[in-house]
Amino acid sequence: MDRIPILKMGRYLLVTIQVDMHDQLATSLQDDLTEKIAKERARGVLIDISALDIVDSFIGRMIADTSAMARVLDAETVVVGMQPAVAITLVELGLPLEGVFTALNVEKGMTLLHRKLAQRA
Amino acid sequence: MSAKNGFIPIEAPSVNKHTSKLPAILKAHEKEILTDWLKEQLRALTLRGDLLNEADLRTESREFLRLAQEVTQKSSAQDFNDPIWTEIKAMLAALSRSRAGAGFTPAETATFVFSLKQPLFTRLRAELKGDPDALADELWGATVLIDLLGLYTVEVYQDSREKLISRQQRELLELSTPVVELWDDILALPLVGTLDSNRTQIVMESLLQKIVETGSSIAIIDITGVPTVDTLVAQHLLKTVAATRLMGADCIISGIRPQIAQTIVHLGVNLGDVTTKATLADAFRFALQRTGANLEDGKSNRAKGSSIPERG
Repeated sequence: MDRIPILKMGRYLLVTIQVDMHDQLATSLQDDLTEKIAKERARGVLIDISALDIVDSFIGRMIADTSAMARVLDAETVVVGMQPAVAITLVELGLPLEGVFTALNVEKGMTLLHRKLAQRA
Repeated sequence: MSAKNGFIPIEAPSVNKHTSKLPAILKAHEKEILTDWLKEQLRALTLRGDLLNEADLRTESREFLRLAQEVTQKSSAQDFNDPIWTEIKAMLAALSRSRAGAGFTPAETATFVFSLKQPLFTRLRAELKGDPDALADELWGATVLIDLLGLYTVEVYQDSREKLISRQQRELLELSTPVVELWDDILALPLVGTLDSNRTQIVMESLLQKIVETGSSIAIIDITGVPTVDTLVAQHLLKTVAATRLMGADCIISGIRPQIAQTIVHLGVNLGDVTTKATLADAFRFALQRTGANLEDGKSNRAKGSSIPERG
């Protein structure tokens, strides 16, 4: 079964979703990510969904849930690179992902993570 | 066109080939009918001499009579959708469309066909003097035929107007949603006119697309030109703000007039944590400060920004 790679960069974890998400992939990503955050004591998670052009309510909830889980494990999550169509879909689905930090691209996402962690420190 | 699939619920004229004298009369007295008809049309109150010249009218009338004669001869068909009607329908459609374009009213357009009644009936009466039953039948047949064709011109007229309206609506939609780049990292979207769900969709799409293209981190939605804000409009605005936030950009709503602020509160609309400003100038100043803090060369940006004249 294919898995989505989770890369470690210093205190951050980097997840790039390059394939079409299906439900099982989403669930296993959630498992892997929470485990990895705990194991690496990561302080920040950056999820790049710029290649994701189709979402459903399940994936939308998964993104929100993952962010909430990471926060419980003391890591901030930033979702970057959301496509316009995806953003519109999520809003129309009634999933505005309250409480999830977003940024336009990986670079801005990293800056945001740095700032968030600096605020906490 | 809707006329193709069942606009006519009534049956087409049941002019029977064997008994009907209509085609024969049309053929035999074509000249007289045409002359009378033209006289009738020229005398009609609805004639628009300013928009139509007599020569054109004559050509059109002659053409119509010829086609009507053809149709009544091949009258075996009961169905207005039958191919034998195609030619006369096409002729009427072209006529109706050109008159609609020239500024005729529907009544003026339909009069072209309806005014044929009088000359035709006069002729029928003269021909069938001794036979009241036949005369009644022929009159009925002719009435149905003319009504059908007259209504068809109205149908086409309306259809062409509706097409015009929908095209204008589309153009208006495209015109009214320009996304402008105010500064590095700052976009503005001046909204003019009422927001409905259709427009919101287009506004949202063009704004998000522009955010991706320019990589801007702040978008200002200016609603100075939105005449009223009700719960629906507010909801549409909030949707746009939420979608912008999901993309990773911040959204400011500006141009909220005092009455609109009152309405929003009276309606109980919760704008949540959306940044709102009274004027575009305020929003722009705020956005400059915000991005200036992010940027390395923020100071120079801010200095330049303050010298910008307010265009709100």
